[in-house]
This record gives sequence, C-alpha cells and structure tokens, in this order.
Amino acid sequence: MASRFLTTAALAICALALIAAPLLLKNYGVYLLSLWTIYVIAAMGLNLMLGYAGQVSLAQGAFVGIGAYSAALLTTHGWPLGAAALFALLLSFAIGWLLGYPALRVRHHYLAFVTLAFSTLAFLVFRNEEWLTGGIYGISGVPRPSLLGLELARPIPFYEFCLAVLAIVTAAMAFMIRSPWGRAFTALRENPLRALSLGVDTRLYTLMAFAIGSALAGLAGVLYAPLVQFVDPPAFALQLSLNLLLMVIVGGQGYFFGPFLGAAVAVLLPEWLRFADNYYLVIYALVVMVLMALCPQGLIGLGERLGERLGERFRTPAAKPGASA
Amino acid sequence: MRHGIGAGAAALLWLGTAQAMAQEPIKIVDVAELSGGGATVGTNFKNGADLAVDEINAKGGILGHKIEITHYDTQSNAGVARGLVQKAIDSEPYVIFGPGYSGSVKAVAPLFQQAQITDIMGGEAAELTKFGNPYIFRTSFGQQSSMPKVARYLHDEVKAQTVALEWVNNDFGKGGRDEITKALGEFGVKIVADISSEQGQADFSSDVAKIKAASPDAVFVYLNEDESARFLKEAQKQTLGKPLIGETTLLGQKVIDLAGSAADGVRGHIGLTTDAPVPAVQEFRRRFEARFHYVPDHNGIKGYLAPYMVKAATEKMGKLDREHLADALHGLTITPDKEPGILMEATWDKNGDIDRQSFLAEVEGGKQTIIKILPKLSK
Amino acid sequence: MTQLVQILIGGLATGAIYALIAIGFTLLWQTSQTINFAQGEFVMLPAFFVLITMSSGLPFWVAALIGVVVSALVLGVFFKKALIDPMLRHGVLPLAIATMALSIFLKESVKSFYSAEAQPFPALVPARDLHLGPVTVSLQDIATLAIAILAVALLQWFLAGTRTGRAMQATAQNPTVARILGVPVERMILLTFVINGAMVALASLLITPVYLAKFSNGDTLGLAAFIAAIVGGFNQVRGAIVGGLLLGVAENLAATYVSAQYRGALPLIILIVVILIRPQGLVGRAEERSV
Repeated sequence: MASRFLTTAALAICALALIAAPLLLKNYGVYLLSLWTIYVIAAMGLNLMLGYAGQVSLAQGAFVGIGAYSAALLTTHGWPLGAAALFALLLSFAIGWLLGYPALRVRHHYLAFVTLAFSTLAFLVFRNEEWLTGGIYGISGVPRPSLLGLELARPIPFYEFCLAVLAIVTAAMAFMIRSPWGRAFTALRENPLRALSLGVDTRLYTLMAFAIGSALAGLAGVLYAPLVQFVDPPAFALQLSLNLLLMVIVGGQGYFFGPFLGAAVAVLLPEWLRFADNYYLVIYALVVMVLMALCPQGLIGLGERLGERLGERFRTPAAKPGASA
Repeated sequence: MRHGIGAGAAALLWLGTAQAMAQEPIKIVDVAELSGGGATVGTNFKNGADLAVDEINAKGGILGHKIEITHYDTQSNAGVARGLVQKAIDSEPYVIFGPGYSGSVKAVAPLFQQAQITDIMGGEAAELTKFGNPYIFRTSFGQQSSMPKVARYLHDEVKAQTVALEWVNNDFGKGGRDEITKALGEFGVKIVADISSEQGQADFSSDVAKIKAASPDAVFVYLNEDESARFLKEAQKQTLGKPLIGETTLLGQKVIDLAGSAADGVRGHIGLTTDAPVPAVQEFRRRFEARFHYVPDHNGIKGYLAPYMVKAATEKMGKLDREHLADALHGLTITPDKEPGILMEATWDKNGDIDRQSFLAEVEGGKQTIIKILPKLSK
Repeated sequence: MTQLVQILIGGLATGAIYALIAIGFTLLWQTSQTINFAQGEFVMLPAFFVLITMSSGLPFWVAALIGVVVSALVLGVFFKKALIDPMLRHGVLPLAIATMALSIFLKESVKSFYSAEAQPFPALVPARDLHLGPVTVSLQDIATLAIAILAVALLQWFLAGTRTGRAMQATAQNPTVARILGVPVERMILLTFVINGAMVALASLLITPVYLAKFSNGDTLGLAAFIAAIVGGFNQVRGAIVGGLLLGVAENLAATYVSAQYRGALPLIILIVVILIRPQGLVGRAEERSV
C-alpha cells in the first residue's frame, strides 16, 4: 500500500516538475524538452513492439518521417494539425500493419534486417520523390498549430502542448498494458508457441503490436514537424531508428518508464558532454558500451538491481553474536 | 581644486569603463557540422574560423575587443541545428556563423530574422538568399551565380550542344544540378544524360557507361572531392574521351593528387580555391597547413573569411552594434589592401550574395592552371 | 552489349569487396551469435593502423603486416575479451546495441584523433588497366575478386577439412553439445574473432586505395556487408561471396537500367524478398528453431 502511494506521489512530482520546468529554462532548454517528449512517444511505440511483444524494429524512424511529412505537407496547405495528426495516425497504422506481415514469418535478427531495409527504402522515397516530398530540399515553413483559438507558436506554449499529448499517450498505453491486450503482448514475447497453444491469436497480436507501435511513431512525427518547422529526408534515415532502439534499450526494454529515461539520456547526454568539445560522441559511445556490459536491462534494470540489493540489506537482520548456528 | 578632483575622478571613471568595455569580448557562436555526413565541411569551416579569430586577436581584436568563438555540433541534422541556433541566440552573441549545410540553413533562417542577429554561413543553395531575409550572408558564390558562368563557358568556349550531368544526390549536388539545368536551358544546350550518384560511392562504372552511351559533347561533373577522383579514374579507365567540366571541387589540388593522370584535361570554373594565384590566398594556405597539417578545402576559406567580414563591417560602423551589423554588411566592399584577411576583393549585395573575382582553369600535368580571370560583376 | 559487360565487371569488383567484409560478419554470427554492427568500422580501422605505422618511417609492406597483426589482436582478441565475453550471456540485443555504440566510438575516435579528411593509401597492386577488347578491367579489380574467392575457398576448406575447422562448425551449430563432446568452445570462438580481425585487415588493404582512408568508410560498407551476408546465407561462408557478388552486380544493373536515384533500392528489395521467402539465404542451410 505504502509503495503504491510512494509511486503515485513520485509520478505526480515528476509531472509537476515537467510542467513547471520551462520557468527555469531558456528557449533552448524548452526546445530540448519538447524534443524529449517527441522521442518518448516514438520510443514508447518501439518499447511496445520490442519490450512487450518481443519484435525488433529498425523502421521506427521511418514512421516518424511518415508522420512528419504528412503533417508538414498538410499544414503547409492549410489543414489544421489535428486533421493532419489523424491522417498520419491512420497512415502509420496501416503501413505498420503491412510491415507486420514479415514479422509473422521471421523473428529477431531477421526482422531487424527487414525493417532496416524498409527504413532505407523510405529514406530513398523521401529523397527522390521531389514532386511529393520536396525531395532533398525538404519542406520549410511548417507552421506551429493553434488549438481552439490558442496560439501555440511560442516555445513554452508549444512545449506544454507536446507535454499534454505525451500525457494522453502515456495514459492510453498504461491502460492498454494492464488490459488483456497487454498480457497477450507479453505472452507473445515470452513464448509465442505456448501462447498459441493457449489460444492467443498470435498473428493478430503481432500485427497489432506493430501497427500501434508504428502509429505512435507517426504521432511523434506529427509533433516533430511543427517543432523544427522544417522536414528533410536525412532527419528520418536509419540513424534515427538506431537512436530510438538505443533509447529503449538504455532506458530498459519492457519497463513502462524505460523510454522516458532512455530519451532523456539521448537528448541530455550530448548536452552534458559538450564540455568535451570534439570528443563528446566518443565519450557517449563509451558510456553506452559500459552500460550495456554492466547492465543490459538498461537504467531501470540497474535501478531495480540496486533497489533489490539495498532491500536485502535492510530485510535480513545481522546474526546475533553468540547465537547457536 | 574641487574641479580638478572632479575632472580627475571623471577621467578615471571614463578610463575605467573604457577599460571594462575593452575587456568585454565579442561573442561569436559557430553552428557547424562537426559530425555526421557533413563533418568535413563543418570541420574545415571551424578550422578556418579559428585561424582567423586567433590572427585578429593577436592584432588586438576588433576595435580593441577580443573575439571569443564557440563551436556547436549540429551532427549534420537540421533539427539539431535549429535547437543549437536557438541556444546560440539565447547566449546573446554578436554574430552567428554557419551552418554549412543548405538544408540546415533553411531550417534556422527564420530564427535570425526573429532575433535580429546576423548570420554568416557557408551554404551554397540558390534559394538561401531569396527569402528576403536581411540577416543572412554568404561566404561563397550561390549556385545561382556560379552555374550561369559554367553554362556560358560550356556554350561559348567548349562549344557544347549536348551535355551530360553527373552529380551527387544531396542538397549541394542537386542544387547545382538544378541551377545548371536552368542555365544551360537559357543557352539552348540540351541535356542528354542526367545521372545522380550517392555520397561515398566508389563504383562509377555504371555512371560512365551511361554517359558513354549518351555520347554528349561535354560532361558536367558536380561531386565531392573523393568521389570526383574516383569518377575521373573510371572515366580514364573506360576512355570516356569527352571534355570534363566542373565547378570548384573537380579542379581542386586534392582531386588532382588522388586522380593522378586521370585529372589531366579537366576544365572548369573556380570560385574559391587555395590554388588561386593570389599571394594572399597562398599565404593563408601556408598558415593553415602549418597549424592544421593539411590543405584546406573551400570550406576552410569560407570559415576564414567570416570573422574578417565581421571585423570590416564593425570597423566601418566604428562601434559594436549588433542590430546594425547586417546593414553595415549590405553593399559593403572589402578590399585586401585595407583588410588582408579578406584575401580577394568582395562585395555583398542587399540579399547577402557575394560578388567576387573568379577563375576559369584547366588541369595540366598534375597542376591547376588559370586560363582566364572572370572579373567582379560590379567594378 | 559492351556497356553491360563493363558494368558487370564493375559490379563484380565491388561485390568482391562486399564479400570480403561479409565473410567475417557471417563467421562471427555462426560461432558466437554476435551481430557485429561495427563490422564496417572494423574494415575502416586497419588502414589507419597502417598509416600510423608508416608515419614512423617503416615501409609499406612492413606496415601492412603489422596492421594485420594489430588488427587480429585488437579487433579480434581484445574485442572478444573486453566487449563480447561480458555481454554474451545477456542476449543478442544488448550486444547488438553495444556494437552499435562501438561503431560510433571507432568512427568518432578516428575523426577526432586522426583526421576528418580522406587520406590517400598505397595500393597492394599496381594501378594498371587491362584492355580486353572494348572492355577495360583494372588490375585492382581482378586482384580483389581473386583474393575474395581465394579467401572463401580457403576458409571453406579449413572449416570442412580440418579438425579445428570442424570443431568451429560444431561450436556454431550447438555449443552445449560441442562442449560435452570435448570441443574447446571458448578457444574456437576466440579463433573466429582472430580470423575476422585478420580478414577485415585484408579487406582494408584491398579497398582503401580506392575508398581512401576516411573515418566514414564504415557506414556504407557495413550496410552492404550485412545485406551481402544475409542474402547469401548467414550460416554458410560460401554465402558471403554469393551475396556480395550478387549485390554489387544488382546495384550496377539497377543504376544503369532502372534509376540511378534508386540504385540503392534493388539490393534492399532483394534482401526483403530473400528474408521472407528463404530466410536462410540463397546458399544457407535452414536454421532450426528451438522451442
């Protein structure tokens, strides 16, 4: 009971901190926070696929691109962001569903390579189809949205908007994980054959996990376009998918708050390391390698292990001297 | 007596503030591609800028103020660039440099206008100076200035009626390809092959084979340095036998060194190069090589020019006036006799475009020879 | 027609390069279930070992040999002991992430500590072109192709024909049973890594004269190697040569007859098709799935 209270309190404090953070930050800090919320949404989608349903996808970045291009194209032609978001969600869901079919046939590293190929193909399409996407030149002047008359153009209002979207997505995910769907996904990860023998429609849930995860990436893209106000192909190349995978693993795959931590590391670590000048990427890479070697369950896994060890210390009392063995 | 003390105190106060002001450094932030696909571009620019800043500081700075320059890494990503320019603006610098990638420049351009801060950048895409943004300045020809010169050369001197295009598929290469297509169209020259290649491509057998099949009068090659060398070698291997015309990159000494005899006979237009027969440029190259142990590419020159542009414009104003720096640069002509750091006389127009001498050159026996000097448009 | 032959030759030459890199990648997967995302950087790095050795005055031949040895030690032994061993029991994915980080580490280290510029590299083979009728081949191309085929043949013989080789294969197929049967599994895995270290050094010596020594070489080469390995057959060394050559030729054919802008797409589509229809690759053996 007490731990439940503590967890809720901790979450409430974090939420308040996030809402109030812009007061302490300059424009750049607010920009980074907005970027963080976008990465978290995309990473949560990947965490659903990977951490819960056990499928590796290296295409998540491409779906962010699909969402971003949809939003950019539609909003620069006068559509409101909400309509663009709906369109992007449906499109990402549909394409994600289709991409799920290979996931039915192959698993793990094979799936990683299929999605890797898809990611690179998506980049080629973004770059070459100039008539649709503006080609290598990209689409500039993407407007910031306005919600029910509220102007969201300035950094802080836009950030609070992104945060609100994140909150809604988080609540929806939490609800889904606790539902029978969530348990079906976990069964899929642990042992698909056994799940099948227990009557879980693995095909359906596999496609579902893929589609929902991809839709979330699309949604992240819809927020990315008005944040940067410019979309071009290199932003959504394989590198982004690899970064998102990194975020999920470093945060801790399968843990609900893994993506939150992982995205924070990805966004903040380069900042903290800027003192290292040219060498910051070298140090970043070293940190990730060491982290993987020491605790492959990611940061939350590390936290859990430390928590367990501390818990043991407190729970087992020291033996009284003189007591018979 | 009291007047004396008052005057003395006032003098001391004035001296004190002047001293404080003289110690207040000029903050410059350079937002550059230091990692990712554009690492060579950004690193060269950074090195050139650092060299210039150190030279200026050694001579007392700008109007007595030392320059403090910081470099941020955009990772060749427009989204990161945007964040970093925002960060730069937050720190209230005197002027901002970069980015080098045209895509990133497009992403950040509105921020300069909002903050009313001048930006001196390395992008070459034609549209960068067409937004009507009065705060953006080039350090090299935009492709809309250089390509017409190449087209004229192809039509008038090479007498080509049909041309094949070989270009690298990024915004640098595609921008050049679009501009040359437009320019050639105006001369009535037909394009018989239009071949894109990938950054980092090593196998040009398909490209050369296609060009051979199209049988053009001349080939316009617009690739990065490494790929230019590989293309030239493949062209030699398959005996392409057509005039190969380029724009700056194709005729660089680096390409000549890598391609060896395959580079002989290459001709083209050069906007900015360390091989220019201008003593100031040769001096710069010597100093750069002494410090960084390699020969800079044209991005190194761009980075070197930027601080000197700032110096010249600020000296023209006679004071550190961030808001009016852009105005001071518009219409400014900087000559090497007054400001040797500018290397060659240059004028900036109201759009931020640069007007400067350029060269037509040919590669012979492993060396670049200037065949013609193209004067500034405005004299 | 000559155009077709010319681009086929170009494709085979490039494909041979992909094959050389794919071989080590395949070997590592086979024996230790390691997906080495840093394989491209492993090929980029030995060239710099050689350049550094040469800058101390040693002639190229000596530097090249030293480069191969250092590569086998650092990219083979040290890589295994420092990174793979601690991580192997945690599963494939954390290891894959670690190798992704390693690739960034190697790439950025070379960029920061050596140079961001491309460096010329001396060639093992004299730069001469042979004119066979209307078609031209460079000595370099022939050498790379010959060495790639030779390397695969030698490895194939080693794996199937020698005791150590068969022990390595046993380790790959089922390490638990192999251990029970007395195969020194640890040593076999170490041997694989050493072989990979030497092979990437060889690949580096062959391709750097053309690609130039640049920190970013690993990007394109790495991806090409993965595709070559999988298309050819992830669990057969022969697969690497089949996949590599097919890839090089497909790329050139696509660039010439379909679209230069989409030249990278054909290999990817082949990859997807192969994985979906025949995941063990064109010459691979079907992998058993444990339940």
